[in-house]
Amino acid sequence: MKTIVENVTCTFCGCLCDDIIVEVEDSRIVRVRRVCANGRGIFVDYDPTPRRPTIAGREVDWHEAIVEAAMILDRADSPLIYGLSSTAVEAQRKAVELADRLGAVIDTTSSVCHGPTGLAMQAVGEPSCTLGEVRNRADLLLFWGCNPAASHLRHFRRYSIMSKGTLTPKGRRDRTVFVIDVRPTASAKVADHFLQLKPDSDFEVLTSLRAIIKGEKIEVEKVGGVPTATLRDLAERMKNCRYGVVFMGMGLTMSRARDHNVRELFNLVCELNQFARFSVMPMRGHGNVAGADQVLTWQSGYPFAVSFARGYPQYGPGEFSAVDMLARREADAALILASDPVAHFPGAASEQLKQIPTIILDPMTNLTTQGAQVVFPTACYGVDATGTSYRMDNVAIRLRPVLPTGRPTDEDVLNQVIEAVKQC
Amino acid sequence: MSEDFILITGRTREQAGGLHKGKDSEAYREATALVEMCSEDMARLAIEDGQIVRLRTASNQVEVPVRTGALPSGMLFIPMGPVANLLIDTETEGTGMPSFKGLTVKMELT
Amino acid sequence: MLGILNGNVYDPMNKINAQEQDIWIRQGRIVSPEAVDLERAKIIDATGLVVMPGGVDIHSHIVGAKVNAGRKFRPEDHRHNVRERTDLTRSGSGYTVPTTYLLGYRYAEMGYTTVMEAATAPLVARHTHEELEDTPILDKGVFITMGNNHFIMKCIRDGKLEQARDYVAWLLGASKGYAIKIVNPGGVENWKWGRNVTELDDEVIGFGINPREIVTTLAWINEELNLPHVPHVHGINLGRSFSARTTMETIAGLEGRAAHFCHLQFFSYGKQKGKLHRSAAAELARAVNENSNVTVDVGQIIFGEATTMTSDGPLQHRLHRETGNKWLNEDIENETGGGIVPVLFKRNNPINSVMWRTGLELFLLIDDPWQVFLTTDHPNGGPFFCYPHVIKLLMDRDFRAQAFERIHRRGRKNALLPELAREYSLYEIAIITRAGPARALGLKNKGHLGLGADADITIYANLEDKEEMFARPKFVIKDGVVVARDGRIVCERPGRTLYVAPPYDPKIEEEIRAHFQESYTISFNNYAISPDHLAFGEMVPCE
Repeated sequence: MKTIVENVTCTFCGCLCDDIIVEVEDSRIVRVRRVCANGRGIFVDYDPTPRRPTIAGREVDWHEAIVEAAMILDRADSPLIYGLSSTAVEAQRKAVELADRLGAVIDTTSSVCHGPTGLAMQAVGEPSCTLGEVRNRADLLLFWGCNPAASHLRHFRRYSIMSKGTLTPKGRRDRTVFVIDVRPTASAKVADHFLQLKPDSDFEVLTSLRAIIKGEKIEVEKVGGVPTATLRDLAERMKNCRYGVVFMGMGLTMSRARDHNVRELFNLVCELNQFARFSVMPMRGHGNVAGADQVLTWQSGYPFAVSFARGYPQYGPGEFSAVDMLARREADAALILASDPVAHFPGAASEQLKQIPTIILDPMTNLTTQGAQVVFPTACYGVDATGTSYRMDNVAIRLRPVLPTGRPTDEDVLNQVIEAVKQC
Repeated sequence: MSEDFILITGRTREQAGGLHKGKDSEAYREATALVEMCSEDMARLAIEDGQIVRLRTASNQVEVPVRTGALPSGMLFIPMGPVANLLIDTETEGTGMPSFKGLTVKMELT
Repeated sequence: MLGILNGNVYDPMNKINAQEQDIWIRQGRIVSPEAVDLERAKIIDATGLVVMPGGVDIHSHIVGAKVNAGRKFRPEDHRHNVRERTDLTRSGSGYTVPTTYLLGYRYAEMGYTTVMEAATAPLVARHTHEELEDTPILDKGVFITMGNNHFIMKCIRDGKLEQARDYVAWLLGASKGYAIKIVNPGGVENWKWGRNVTELDDEVIGFGINPREIVTTLAWINEELNLPHVPHVHGINLGRSFSARTTMETIAGLEGRAAHFCHLQFFSYGKQKGKLHRSAAAELARAVNENSNVTVDVGQIIFGEATTMTSDGPLQHRLHRETGNKWLNEDIENETGGGIVPVLFKRNNPINSVMWRTGLELFLLIDDPWQVFLTTDHPNGGPFFCYPHVIKLLMDRDFRAQAFERIHRRGRKNALLPELAREYSLYEIAIITRAGPARALGLKNKGHLGLGADADITIYANLEDKEEMFARPKFVIKDGVVVARDGRIVCERPGRTLYVAPPYDPKIEEEIRAHFQESYTISFNNYAISPDHLAFGEMVPCE
């Protein structure tokens, strides 16, 4: 018997498209419509079959795995909880509670993604908006150091360049699009203007734009490989648009000046608001990394790199962030929730993860599960479990599962680990 | 031959597609174990598409096949993943963020 | 079961003023002694102690997208203000923007048991409710901002007021809200064009309507729907020298319909020679005294750190430009906007001195304590845990006079405050901190100690120093359970989220669906919050 479920939300990336249509037959997903190539993999071939947890690769029952996990965490002097970005808020709340109870360090994938964006926002602020303002009002769009054509495949059509809204009935033709990057990406191909910067020159270009907007004279002919005349033209467009939006990504956060780049961009957008309405939006990568920021902030006060070791929350990017903790060998056990650091961390940090006892919660196997001490195969929020995820613009969306829950959720497992730790 | 290049790492569609098939899959390995270089640099260095090169930093090295890519001269691109990360250092300069983009690497022919 | 014996009870809703009375509690409610098994009841000996209903805060920014952005944005606010975890309680941090657990604990330790989250955009209400679940002990409700809502403004433009009414009913149920909130009607929409409004008859760009129509329509809708609270209004021109004039015009424009004006202090300024605003508290107080359909909360400023956070987008931008402090802005599609700017209120700043004075003058010149409630518009005027300090300023005119002498001399010039000798009594404090707000909110079982009331009770030592007295109650009881003793939590438990869901003509959903198709980025089917998503939700009937 076939059922069709509408308004399903895909949790792959920060777009959190909630118009997905999924057809289910005999408890299997047989067809998915409207989803992009990135999201398709979440639904297609998803296997909800119950699987048993493992200890050192050996299948065990749930209770035994919970006790083992609790003992590893309880015995550790400096446990690290990491990840959180691909699970629902319900589980993220439990992860923070566990960290609080243990006196652990807790960090999210933000530290290797938009952590520098958070640092910039804390320094100078951030004028922003929800995606509907982009759809309805924005007539000037900049994509700076990001490549949605590879990472957020429905962004252009659904929210930004092509979307038709109340003041943008002609969609693409009602907008001017700039892509600013160090190489001509697939996103650059759909832009009206592509500005190719020399690597590590975003800061100079941004500070020059700030100066131009303030009426200062730039004496050189090029900045960061871009003709100053081009920058003056861009500045004029920004000052005279109806509503401008800059989307920004890893090109700014991962290159040399990191948070200084983002701070300069945020300053620019703040200052533009004296002339025209302008917003900036970080392109959040994972489906609920925005939720991880929110939950960790509302419970501890800080969005990532938090230590509870003293009995109260302390904020330390560079100190309590996961890569640094691992590089300095300051974590002696780790619980990884909904992420794959062995695939995404610098080699030396991944190696260190393999040297300490690790506990993984994930619906899928990945490079981190391979070396783990305890693996909990959990349900997948948005497919066979309900929960809430937060979109890149921080709008919370309730996930509509399409299959009955096959395995315990991350929330269930963390609850049991918390109880077991209390008994230790 | 040993020449300095600026290395950028980042997302690709194939890398994302590969991770759905499982990070131990052939698809993921193929999608993340390659380096892109512009055709001008390839011609200048007489490197052919698919040829294996060695990339080296002070403490790490990898060997990967070369593909043509839309890049400025002097720049390399490796999709994010375990191969790229063999070259990336853990230094975050107090921010928590390693230097995933803009690292200087030496390229050698094998 | 619990008995509180021999306390000096202050229960203004039931006209009890310092009478020695016993209070009996069973299953979370106040009951008559016959309903209690006296052998098994626990007893609190309240001899010589002051007994009041638990505090009710009618306006505070405690949770949700805006507040959490404020937390994330201000790590400097948290570092030196931390709370260690205990076996019973979670750790926390923050001074003007405390984390959720810490906020719940501090309100409860201060003797407050019900707090209203002052402003949430319906699109992000789900976030508000999720944070409320992590805010322990307190009962809460959420005000839903509607004063710049596109659907409503279109209905007003097209003369379709019944449709607007049905939409508001649907919206309150969908967002699990408690009341209609209006913030700078029309001005926040105009800010999306880089502008604002300054008069009630200014045009809202793109809609051809004006702020006056927004207020009167929502006031009419409020009555039609029989909502327990009245429209909660943050008017136009906050902080401007003509704010007093337009606020009085807004009151007059209600034509007798009920409304609540929040943090009135920020709207009580007039012009005088030179650049400094003057306090127009006397005029506003007269307007309140003459209009019994109006209630207000003061929004008293406290010298020290504050974090301004409102849905008033253009105001927040102006504050950023004036102070040079960092600025967050959030434009929310089709609904509202907002912003956040940290500020420091200083005694030796003339503007801040006038603001401080204005708030106190409002308290002392509004005659009827049932019309004026104690808030600091937390955290805009100052942190909520400074309420005991404000209480002392109101009850002790010498203390007030000393504080007056310390403000800037230009803030003292031509001041009315030194002439106001009035001192609030404990009975009046009980009105402005519990009975009055509960009544204005339509919370029938809160703010009083009559039979059937929720057993939310605070017991204080009767100290000479009123700030000390109100800062550290001896016992705080929530739903009949002692949750705090001597200013510390002894029991953590969840509180309820109160909401309304007035009926509406289901035909409106077709119109709303079309509106979502045209202009939203979330599906209509995913927008509403279902009742079972609230772990401890309780619907309050609209009668």
